[in-house]
Amino acid sequence: MTELDRKDLLGLEGMSAEEIELFLDTTASFKEISERTVKKVPALRGKTIVNLFFEPSTRTRASFEIAAKRLGADTISISGEGSSLSKGESLVDTLNTLSAMRPDVIVMRHSASGAPQFLSRFLSTPIINAGDGQHEHPTQALLDAMTILEHRSSLEGLRAAIIGDIGHSRVARSNIHLLAKFGAELVLCGPATMLPRPLAELAPRISLTHSIEEAVSGADVIMMLRVQLERQNVLNFPKNEYFQFYGLRLEHLRLAHPDAIVMHPGPINRGREISSEVADFPRSVILNQVENGVTARMAVLERVCGQSS
Amino acid sequence: MAADQVARTVTRIAHEIVERHRTLDDVALVGIRTRGVPIARRLSAVLHDITSATVPTGVLDITLYRDDLMRHPVGPQPILRKTEIEFSIDDRRILLVDDVLYTGRTIRAALDALIDFGRPRQIQLAVLVDRGHREFPIKADYVGKNVPTSESEFVEVHVTELDEKDEVILGEKSL
Repeated sequence: MTELDRKDLLGLEGMSAEEIELFLDTTASFKEISERTVKKVPALRGKTIVNLFFEPSTRTRASFEIAAKRLGADTISISGEGSSLSKGESLVDTLNTLSAMRPDVIVMRHSASGAPQFLSRFLSTPIINAGDGQHEHPTQALLDAMTILEHRSSLEGLRAAIIGDIGHSRVARSNIHLLAKFGAELVLCGPATMLPRPLAELAPRISLTHSIEEAVSGADVIMMLRVQLERQNVLNFPKNEYFQFYGLRLEHLRLAHPDAIVMHPGPINRGREISSEVADFPRSVILNQVENGVTARMAVLERVCGQSS
Repeated sequence: MAADQVARTVTRIAHEIVERHRTLDDVALVGIRTRGVPIARRLSAVLHDITSATVPTGVLDITLYRDDLMRHPVGPQPILRKTEIEFSIDDRRILLVDDVLYTGRTIRAALDALIDFGRPRQIQLAVLVDRGHREFPIKADYVGKNVPTSESEFVEVHVTELDEKDEVILGEKSL
């Protein structure tokens, strides 16, 4: 397979492992561009990419913008607050307006799950999902897979523990789909309120636990998640109690595989879901994830933009 | 062109390179993916045999520099692979190596790609086969064999590293 057989990149759930490999296979080539003195190639010269972020974002937005620029595309970034949505325009009308300016790709983040899927039915412009509500964040899972593959030769048979606020996490959902498609074993861990039981049905080889010790035991990959207080109505979140039960500390790492890597999609909250010692520990690959974010987004933009309209 | 002819041709090009350079100290080879790479490696080996100089050899992938990426609505996107140039090209004499010289578009892309890595003192071009039909003002400095062709024909270079054997095939394109 050499061609992406879809207009948009909305989520990984409906994609085959083979399709996902189209992105993972080009990691080394795109990464090399970021290591050059002149970090730019003309692959997407003359293409226009609109970054439309209806939710706050630092890393994803910067990462998409840098990725697009390194491929030679022109980019504009629009955030929800300053847009005409605040003047009462509907989402479809905003997107149709932008689409009329003939961009080649719209990258969008929205707090409503399914927003990009909904819009893709109305727009001919390809849409890349940069995170929709609690649903999917496909480029995050791709960059996570790239990061794991820098430490392991294959995803097959890996034991990955995903710990934290899984219920609200689009990062977890995309990672679950991707890792399961490649044959990894998954342990999802969190307090009952953040770990809905139906998650076990998302893919084969998923187990759920409320014990962080059990989750990290024998794990090759430990993915920590932030508690997404912005998606829940919780006053006075018991931060210290949460850290005591679900915060990753050095003592937990002794239970994991000796080469286990610690991941976090960011932003990290030290002392809430992860201790400072673990965040800065040698096998923490949090900043490698950020670096690979640019690589993953270059791969996605090139594939999605590179197909002729 | 059979295997022994391919080997002799590579050796001859290497001798020409030695003849034209007083020293190989500032020379580096860069093979264009895919089949320019094994040819560049072989040239480097022969250059080592002749002069005992070690000529650094790099690999250039020009996929992201091509001018025809967006022009084939149904054709597959080419597979992108990695560029590996582990030495500084600044002030070096670079010998760009490819298997077949045809329209010159690949070389145009390769020049753009190479210049993004620095400012070489000189860039020369070595090809195993020149089949004519240039669309750009590009000319090879070292040519293994000039093969007059028509546009309805194809020229394929096979090398043992990637294919079964060394050979150059000229045939009629099937429609």
